[in-house]
Amino acid sequence: MTKSPRDAMKNSRRMVRRGLLLGGIQLGVVMTLGLRLHGMQIKHADEYRMLSDGNSIKIRLLPPARGLIHDRKGVLIAGNEQNYRVTLTREEAGGDVESVLRRLSKLIPMSEARMEELLKEFSKERAITPIVLADRLTWEEFSSIAVNAPALPGVTPESGLSRYYPRSYDLAHVLGYVSRVSDYDLSRIENPEPVLMLPEFQIGKLGVEAKMEDVLRGTAGQRRVEVNNSGREMRELSRKEGQQGGTLQLTIDAGLQNYAEQRLGTESAAAVVIDVQTGELLCLCSSPSFDPNKFVRGISSKDYTSLLEHNHRPLADKTVQGVYPPGSTFKLATLLAGLEAGVINGGSRFFCPGYLEVGGRRFHCWRRGGHGQMDAIQSLEHSCDVYYYELAQRVGIDRIAEMARKLGVGVRHELPLSAIAQGIAPDRAWKREKYDQEWQIGDSLNASIGQGFVLASPLQLAVMTARVATGKLIEPRLIRAIDGVPQLHEELPDLGVDPRNLKLVQAGMDAVMNSARGTARSARIVAEEWRMAGKTGTSQVRNITAAERARGVVSNEQLPWERRDHALFVCFAPYEAPRYAVSVVVEHGGGGSAVAAPIARDILLFTLAGGLPPLTAVPEAQRGEMEARHNAMKLYSPQPPKQGRSQA
Amino acid sequence: MAYLDYQVAQIPTGWRKILYLNWPLVFLIFAVACYGFVMLYSVAGGDFETWAEPQIYRFIVGMILMIGLAFVPMWFWRGVSVFAYVLCLVLLAAVELIGDIGMGAQRWIDIGPIQFQPSELMKIALVLLLAAYYDWLDARKVSHPFWVLVPVLLILTPTGFVMMQPDLGTSLMLITGGAIVMFAAGVSLWYFAGVILLIAALVTAVMESRDTEWQLLKDYQYRRIDTFLDPSVDPLGDGYNITQAQIALGSGGWSGRGFMQGTQSRLNFLPEKHTDFIFTVLAEEFGFVGAISLLVLYSLIIGFCLFSAITNRDRFGSLLTIGVAGTFFVYFAINMGMVTGILPVVGSPLPLVSYGGTAMMILLMGFGMMQAAHVHRPR
Repeated sequence: MTKSPRDAMKNSRRMVRRGLLLGGIQLGVVMTLGLRLHGMQIKHADEYRMLSDGNSIKIRLLPPARGLIHDRKGVLIAGNEQNYRVTLTREEAGGDVESVLRRLSKLIPMSEARMEELLKEFSKERAITPIVLADRLTWEEFSSIAVNAPALPGVTPESGLSRYYPRSYDLAHVLGYVSRVSDYDLSRIENPEPVLMLPEFQIGKLGVEAKMEDVLRGTAGQRRVEVNNSGREMRELSRKEGQQGGTLQLTIDAGLQNYAEQRLGTESAAAVVIDVQTGELLCLCSSPSFDPNKFVRGISSKDYTSLLEHNHRPLADKTVQGVYPPGSTFKLATLLAGLEAGVINGGSRFFCPGYLEVGGRRFHCWRRGGHGQMDAIQSLEHSCDVYYYELAQRVGIDRIAEMARKLGVGVRHELPLSAIAQGIAPDRAWKREKYDQEWQIGDSLNASIGQGFVLASPLQLAVMTARVATGKLIEPRLIRAIDGVPQLHEELPDLGVDPRNLKLVQAGMDAVMNSARGTARSARIVAEEWRMAGKTGTSQVRNITAAERARGVVSNEQLPWERRDHALFVCFAPYEAPRYAVSVVVEHGGGGSAVAAPIARDILLFTLAGGLPPLTAVPEAQRGEMEARHNAMKLYSPQPPKQGRSQA
Repeated sequence: MAYLDYQVAQIPTGWRKILYLNWPLVFLIFAVACYGFVMLYSVAGGDFETWAEPQIYRFIVGMILMIGLAFVPMWFWRGVSVFAYVLCLVLLAAVELIGDIGMGAQRWIDIGPIQFQPSELMKIALVLLLAAYYDWLDARKVSHPFWVLVPVLLILTPTGFVMMQPDLGTSLMLITGGAIVMFAAGVSLWYFAGVILLIAALVTAVMESRDTEWQLLKDYQYRRIDTFLDPSVDPLGDGYNITQAQIALGSGGWSGRGFMQGTQSRLNFLPEKHTDFIFTVLAEEFGFVGAISLLVLYSLIIGFCLFSAITNRDRFGSLLTIGVAGTFFVYFAINMGMVTGILPVVGSPLPLVSYGGTAMMILLMGFGMMQAAHVHRPR
């Protein structure tokens, strides 16, 4: 087909037109692309740059070293130790985790069961997640793994810090322990710090470790690392070390604590030593104890179950959590209430025939035959119950309860410890609220001798004794210094009790120990400069049934352990210039004078002497026994533990 | 035959033809390919052998092929156009039967050592055939409905096969490439207006048909549409690629992060970074300057082609040139539109830059024919 030149011209003109039009359209598209590029790369570059950095640069936290805890003398009681461990990353193991594990098992002990457990874990986790194969390796094991690293692809020897309690059992209840952060912990914390999400990170779970967490934790450091999209680190860009947590100094004397721990022995018992001038707690000892290091390392369920099921409740801190009917030790409060109310004075006497009949019910004195005429001092000396029955009827429960609270019983003392019990100083309003019942006169009589509704913790008993000893409003304190800054206490206010009445009660306590017929005479201190005043207590944990009464009094030894009486004792010394007060509760220990008093005396003596007391401080007959006891004890040396084991 | 109208004496012959090549275009193509070599070296993490080296070999072969094709007289191309088209159509059909599975779509044909995608070949064959068709057709009849229907069928038949594979990107390119030739040939603008309206209606139909029995596209294609409309819906799933690509692109800024310094590509955040998403690597490492300069190079290639086409008085050569240039244009426009988020992710390489043999060979063959048209143009 031929075309005329005219057609060709026309065609070619149209072609040019269309070509240009097409070029125009294409130029438009190119412009659009160019503008889009301009918009993204110039206008919004910053946003994309930020997203990009977020993609590839990750902040990895460096866990801070936890703050150290010292006792009042500077002995380290909670430190950090190097923890050598090995981890394995599946991705780097070249897929054959099992053969790597087998080779590793020649270097460090690893059971078949453990290996299977690990293999299961590896199959669950992502390939890039490092999994801890073994923890707390010795330096030898650790270095042998490091040397053999080429044969162990993916195995990384790591070292980190972990918490270590050099005094293990001694301070378990005071210090508590640290352990991995649980989901429950996280759920309780508002805006949890990111460092808490680290799998190996540990926080305080109990005691001072838990309550002083904010001071001890420190500030996490940061590592900026470049990661690829599967999360693997490519390189470290920068590193900022964290800040170690603050150093705590407790008021506790680790040496005394160690002594008390051993003195309490296998009893289910608690002992508290308080400085009556400052309120500093020198000893908070709860027995039996446990090894907090086990919790740090991850306690086995077997060990944990045996702790839980032990009938002496080793996990409970009996010094502040345990509440007991204070028994006769509460008579200090009742007597002081009576004296302060003015219903009696030092010379007022009541007659004790061995019981008191009130409202058709007979209330017995512990001494069946009765004490005869009793004045205030004698009532303490002999611990006559009837005197207090009489007194309670005159002074009334509300004033007794008020005095108890004034002395620190039934009041929650704020300390950095877990589950501090409030105890109970019962009065009419309390019973109405609690039981919706009216207060009975019998309740008053029971309360007056520390039975019935009254409940006090060993800490409260120690505080009560300290307040009686000084007439000051002693508040217990556990933290001596934070980061070297002393936690000063303001001038202690006066208790607001007539010093003459106080003197009377103190004289009664002195008589308990030092008069010829004092209930705790056998536990006295004969060294005059440490002359001691105290009060025994024996509290029933059961009601004596009519049947038992008919059969006659059953002795404690014949009862099963958990139904025996609690033995209590409170004391302070020196009598003339009080320095320390001690309270001891021995659960189901029997009589206060026979069981609790000697323990309290020994602990008090150790405190006063600043170490093992001279045997001459106790009555001659007991010196041989005391020496034998001293020899049997394995006390920590007062020097700080050897260097190198723990570090900052 | 128009070819006989030429004043044969003025047509260069023998080796002299090499002097009459469109040399600026050759250099532009070479420059663009160099962008590719540099970027492939970079995305391989500084490794020359992984991608850059094979790419260079292919490019050398492709350039030789292009120059070789430029020596072939125009009448030959016009003569083989029908045969080439039919052959490609047969191959496309064969892909349905013996095609290998690649990336979730059947696209490859495997003949011994050579693997290739007939759909790629079809892009050139279609342009060739349409150029020959309009050269043959009386220019006064181009807008006649019947003579419009013929090329439309010629376009839609292979497109149908490609759709079945399914390969949305190539289908779009076949249609737009063909449409560009028709447009240049002078088909009435009303047809185009009509088609645009029809497409609008079709898009509506496609979107409306979703989740019904009549669903017109595959689920993954719908997801791509969703992702395109709002990549943030699923930044770790379907939207991941495009989100990461845009982050890489945007974070380049004015001058980029520097050669081999792109964190996105370096750290594997970018998908298919050596093929479809290579532009984002360029944009990340060389910034706006690098990206826009490549766009300018592409535009210059288009410009030189259009100039060659407009000045070529041979209708076949002129239409072929526009067709090749149009296909090339659609290639980079779709790719850039895709990575910048203007278009949905349809899976199309950046021409001459992305790693991959077939697309580069086909394009260089196309440019070879276009060069032939340039060399043998009537003077």
